[in-house]
Amino acid sequence: MASRGGASRRVPENEAAITYVQCDGLAVMKIVKHCHEESYSNMEVAQGALLGLVVENRLEITNCFPFPKHDDTMDEEEYQLDMMRRLRRVNVDHFHVGWYQSADVGNFLSQSLLESQYHYQTSIEESVVVIYDTKKSARGFLTLKAYRLTPQAIAMYKERDYTPEALRNLKIGYESLFIEVPIVIRNSPLTNIMMSELSEMIPEEEGSKFLDLGTASVLEGQLRSLMERVDELNQEAIKFNRYQQLVVRQQQDKHRWLLKRAQENAARAAKDEAPLPEEDVNKLFKPHTVPPRLNPMIVAGQINTYSAHISQFCSQSLAKLYLTQALQNAKEAKQNN
Amino acid sequence: MALNLVVKVHPVVLFQIVDAYERRNADSHRVIGTLLGTCDKGVVEVTNCFCVPHKEHADQVEAELNYAMDVYELNRRVNASENIVGWWATGNEVTNHSSVIHEYYSRECREPVHVTLDTSLAGARMGLRAYVCVALGVPRGKQGCMFTPIDVGLTYYEPEIVGLQLCQKTIGPGGRSRQVQPAVDLAQVADAASRLSGLLDQVVQYVEEVLSERTTPNNAVGRQLLELVSALPDLASASFADAFAGGVKDLLMVVTLAQLIKTQLQLNEKLTLLTSQ
Repeated sequence: MASRGGASRRVPENEAAITYVQCDGLAVMKIVKHCHEESYSNMEVAQGALLGLVVENRLEITNCFPFPKHDDTMDEEEYQLDMMRRLRRVNVDHFHVGWYQSADVGNFLSQSLLESQYHYQTSIEESVVVIYDTKKSARGFLTLKAYRLTPQAIAMYKERDYTPEALRNLKIGYESLFIEVPIVIRNSPLTNIMMSELSEMIPEEEGSKFLDLGTASVLEGQLRSLMERVDELNQEAIKFNRYQQLVVRQQQDKHRWLLKRAQENAARAAKDEAPLPEEDVNKLFKPHTVPPRLNPMIVAGQINTYSAHISQFCSQSLAKLYLTQALQNAKEAKQNN
Repeated sequence: MALNLVVKVHPVVLFQIVDAYERRNADSHRVIGTLLGTCDKGVVEVTNCFCVPHKEHADQVEAELNYAMDVYELNRRVNASENIVGWWATGNEVTNHSSVIHEYYSRECREPVHVTLDTSLAGARMGLRAYVCVALGVPRGKQGCMFTPIDVGLTYYEPEIVGLQLCQKTIGPGGRSRQVQPAVDLAQVADAASRLSGLLDQVVQYVEEVLSERTTPNNAVGRQLLELVSALPDLASASFADAFAGGVKDLLMVVTLAQLIKTQLQLNEKLTLLTSQ
């Protein structure tokens, strides 16, 4: 029937269904170079814009350019527009599809990141934030991850309401802030030819740093940061508990006051006096402000990232240790023969 | 002297050149652009580059030099240490137009180098060459200049190599390009282990062939093999077993702790969401 026909019509999706991100080798190399150079100079993160286009269900990133460091003298908007206009002259895709940021050990969750990604995603539907892990890539494992805010995170940020009830209504937790979109790297055939030329120029033993056995320094650093975060989360938990105790006590006080009032009124009524004027209970006992839950959520997310990283790091160190054991066994077997 | 210059190029630059070539306008056969980097003690290190729109007619060349200056200024805001060190072009030969362009660039920097990347794949290779312009001629006669080839090599930061190795995996069999995903740590270690095993097989095969006198032994290779075998540190088996066990125990403990923390976090999350006000 007519009404059934309506159901078969495609409902326009209000969220672009991006299933994966396709990155050009050029963009990857540029991100690596920029983040690496920035990591030498200062502690601030390196940021830049991603350019590309959307094709069906994938987001293609074909080029990128770095942002200048935060400087009050220049206008960042202007820099971006200028840059994009110039790139358009040389036929580079000028559609702004997201931004990238460098991070230490993949620890990128912060309030400013949430805010930036929120603005990006509301203005450009399909935008992603790509996180490049400087420390890990320096050790030999290139780590590039793309994230998007979940719809719940967007809704929460729109309201700027970080009370526990709001979070409970949206069913949001630190795990559902971002979803990871898989990244795929693709190169044109000409680039492949160029890379095979390059591979002849690079000695074979370069780039095997990730077989390095030393684990102590890395683990120490990571564990220390993890401990700091856990301390932070602990502080937040204490704050929340204190708030709850205050609320309970306040309830009790209110209750007692109301009872006293009722008693007084009863006493006055017995003496035929006018009852005391009704006072607004709430004005006497101002409700305490609920501590916002955003920060603990972010800290929990960071701790989660750290522990995931540490487990991954340990598992690959274990693999390397077993490799050396195999070599040692082989050597001893040879000696004994 | 100019001829002692050596050019070291970062992989990013080559990626950019190839990309610019692929995106050229339909009527151009060549693309040119500016090289950025640093020049130090006779070594020119090229770390970045960008494309400059230009048109070539039969006898003249037009390049948008204002554009080049603008983009250079924009780039300086991000990276103040990169200077103009020369220019690049695609194609496999140096033409008349090149000298005109080169003259412009010599106004911008002291000793510009000219790099060509042979995207036309002449000779079935993509050649990378570098030139400097040397003045020649008789003092009172006509002066000219000649592009003299100089050495060009590759240089890189450590993470760039990692990125490059990952990208190289897109070179599929038979020349078709594939897609590749950034691999999980464990997969990479497994990959390296299999690569090592392959290399060791090759070495073993060579040794066997020499022993059975099918190939003539090579002294240099033999010496390197000796180095290889003695490179394994000589640990007594007891001390190695101790070190190994200690390492394994530490790592396992950390893994347990990390998983514990994760579980606690999830519990905490559930609890805070449950609490009513």
